[in-house]
Amino acid sequence: MNNESLSLKGIVKVFPGVVANDHIDFSLGRGEIHTLLGENGAGKTTLMNILYGLYTPDEGEIRINGQKVQIKTPSDALSHGIGMVHQHFMLIPIMSVAENIILGKEIKKSGLLDRKKARNKIKELSQQYKFDLNPDDLVKDLPIGTQQRVEIIKALYREANILIMDEPTSVLTPQESEELFSILRSLKNEGKSIIFISHKLKEVLEVSDKITVLRNGKVIGSVEPDKTDEQQLAGMMVGRQVILKVDKNKMDRGAPILVVKDLSVNDQRGMKTVNNICFTVHEGEIFGVAGVQGNGQTELIQALTGLIPFQSGEVTIQNRKLSGENPREVTVLGTAHIPEDRQKYGLVLPYPVRDNLILCSYYGKPFSNHRILNFSFIAEKASRLLEEYNIKAPGIDTITDTLSGGNQQKTVVARELGREVKLLIASQPTRGLDVGSIEYIHKKIIETRDARCGVLLVSPELDEIMSLADTIGVIFKGQIIKTLNIEESTKEKLGLLMAGIYK
Amino acid sequence: MKPLNIIGRAQYQEIIIPFLSIVTALIIGAVIIYTTGANVYKSYQGLWQGAFGKPRAIAETFVITTPYILSGLAVAFGFKCGLFNIGVEGQLYAGAVSAAFIGYAVRGLPHFIHLPLAMLAGIVGGAVWGAIPGYLKAKTGGHEVINTIMMNHIMLKLTDYLVKNPMLDTQASIPRTPYIQETAYLPKLFPGFRLHWGIIIALAAVFLIYFILYKTTIGFEIRTVGYNQNAARYAGMNITKNFVLVMAVSGSLAGLAGANEVLGLNYTLPAAFISGYGFDAIAIALLAKSNPFAIIPSAILWASLRNGAGLMQVRAGISIDLINIMQAFVIMFIAAPKIVRWLYRIKEGKAKAEVVLTKGWGK
Repeated sequence: MNNESLSLKGIVKVFPGVVANDHIDFSLGRGEIHTLLGENGAGKTTLMNILYGLYTPDEGEIRINGQKVQIKTPSDALSHGIGMVHQHFMLIPIMSVAENIILGKEIKKSGLLDRKKARNKIKELSQQYKFDLNPDDLVKDLPIGTQQRVEIIKALYREANILIMDEPTSVLTPQESEELFSILRSLKNEGKSIIFISHKLKEVLEVSDKITVLRNGKVIGSVEPDKTDEQQLAGMMVGRQVILKVDKNKMDRGAPILVVKDLSVNDQRGMKTVNNICFTVHEGEIFGVAGVQGNGQTELIQALTGLIPFQSGEVTIQNRKLSGENPREVTVLGTAHIPEDRQKYGLVLPYPVRDNLILCSYYGKPFSNHRILNFSFIAEKASRLLEEYNIKAPGIDTITDTLSGGNQQKTVVARELGREVKLLIASQPTRGLDVGSIEYIHKKIIETRDARCGVLLVSPELDEIMSLADTIGVIFKGQIIKTLNIEESTKEKLGLLMAGIYK
Repeated sequence: MKPLNIIGRAQYQEIIIPFLSIVTALIIGAVIIYTTGANVYKSYQGLWQGAFGKPRAIAETFVITTPYILSGLAVAFGFKCGLFNIGVEGQLYAGAVSAAFIGYAVRGLPHFIHLPLAMLAGIVGGAVWGAIPGYLKAKTGGHEVINTIMMNHIMLKLTDYLVKNPMLDTQASIPRTPYIQETAYLPKLFPGFRLHWGIIIALAAVFLIYFILYKTTIGFEIRTVGYNQNAARYAGMNITKNFVLVMAVSGSLAGLAGANEVLGLNYTLPAAFISGYGFDAIAIALLAKSNPFAIIPSAILWASLRNGAGLMQVRAGISIDLINIMQAFVIMFIAAPKIVRWLYRIKEGKAKAEVVLTKGWGK
């Protein structure tokens, strides 16, 4: 592939105290799908932001089609044919597909919008790449997978020849991912080049022509997918041998811990997003809730942990009925909660680690006595947790904000599992973490189960559910539409269920 | 050793930015004085001597420092919970009226009962006036900024009415309440000076508030709510309870400031009692970055500017409004530290524990 559409040479970007990109060379051929693989903090995002004109590199050069270019702003990037599909879509839900696509680059006729021409242009593009899009649909009525196609067309409409896809599959079902891959392949056949960013090793191997691994801001190596495997890639990412398979004993199921009966919950807008849901989690069992994001998982977890009220139904933890909307009650009943968004709910970022470690136990003895905090005990306990949970922080007084994502999550885990618990409710416990931290947190979840606790695990990552759960409940539109044992679950079966197709 | 460095640097930054803000404001003040044709040296000399030139000037500066510390502390305490209490002025009046009433109307009590009772009345008066907007925020979501501003207006008019009607001293030549009983006097600190025990009470309040905020579970909850309401709810804290509590305590500090003015300084409450302390308090809390101990120097600075301005005007013919301009610049630099960083080429510290001021208007 001599036909280079983009080449980066010796890119260096230094932030105060960190070298985010350390002499990175990267080359993208025309009609190539080239994956950038790396843990969080490896420098992928920085590199892409440089390419998209959000940062300027301290050193190095960017060549497009052999021409040296300067990219100072995103509009520079666009004019050089670089388009980006963000992980979180930049679409306006109440506007139509056509309006969203032309926004910022409107087709005008004597100063006014030429809607007809715009619609035709979009239809044309959509047919060319077999996208099956109706320009008049409102974005809010479209499924996530289709919204993503709108984002892709948006880039193509701006005549992008190089597409950056930032973790595009993180919001998709396995089937939708497959569809995305076939779209990417057809784009490639049209001569478009694609930079694919992902940390899901299986799909990286499936879709890429070439894989470049970054670690600590450096290029570790480039490999071709048919000459490598998951094990090797993971090793390159982390820099050591990684055990991808989670080892665990067979489930030894005990008495029910968490019983949810006919629970209905409304979301913030008053829409019923959890609809008469029923399930039971037992001692020594990991109950995994699989489903595409936005099917009521968030509201379910928030209701169970007391953050939002129930509309109807009954929840019992250790045979005690919950009164609802009382997080303290849930904690006191021996529940640990690893929240979906650790920075929003799980941590007070400006606090020292020490304070975050006592966030759910400060009010009781021996952490405090007659409302006076017992600092010597707190310091002792915090230091113990720091060590036990292998949190890499200079000390218990380190401001939590300065820790890496993995160590922040370990802080949450240490706090929640560092007390007497009987039930663990974990929502996306490894979201955005590096492989090493994922390994660690998975191990802790299994340990918790083996210590005769019940575990409720919610995750949009099917691989995670399948490797951890003993029982899998598939959630679709606020209901558990089927419960399976791990032995009878296959990815295909679960994928169909997640899309609401069953029987 | 490296982490220690970072922390040391962050602390250094916390002091250097306010300090440079003040210096820069003084420089701008000098430029303004110069352009108006007055003598810069004479002006600043007047300002200094007016504030610290003689024992009497120093004592007067600390007379003004007293309400500044308490009302600044009131605002800072609210900030710690993410609440913006603009109602300190009204709460201060509520405290002054209550203390004045108990001070003159209750008779025949010994000093050691009457004085604490009158101060308590001031504290309760301020607490009630602060708790009302706190309760409204907790129950209805009504924003405390709007409600405390309105409560200010209500209290100012109410005080005016009370002092001119039911509480009026009919024998007096100006509208004011009767003088308080001597048993309610807050004693002077030194004979011959107006400086009274209020300053000691204010300093004690600083220690008490520091203790509550950093050593108790109550303060832990307040700070958690201030930093991250979601995490506070997750941890099982009662947010609405904290809102009411913080506003009540904040109001009680303001009320105490008002009570001090009546019991230690004026011995009466005149209808024309204009403080302005409640609004300067916001600036003082901002300059101190809501740190209870930093309130003390911050209040002294504001008091010395206010006290020294008179002599500056006499000596150099500079309008005392210049002080307001300089204070405005200090606050502008504090609110936009990037300007100071850029001016003096100071790099941003890495470990930044942000100061919570107030939450947005949402919900």
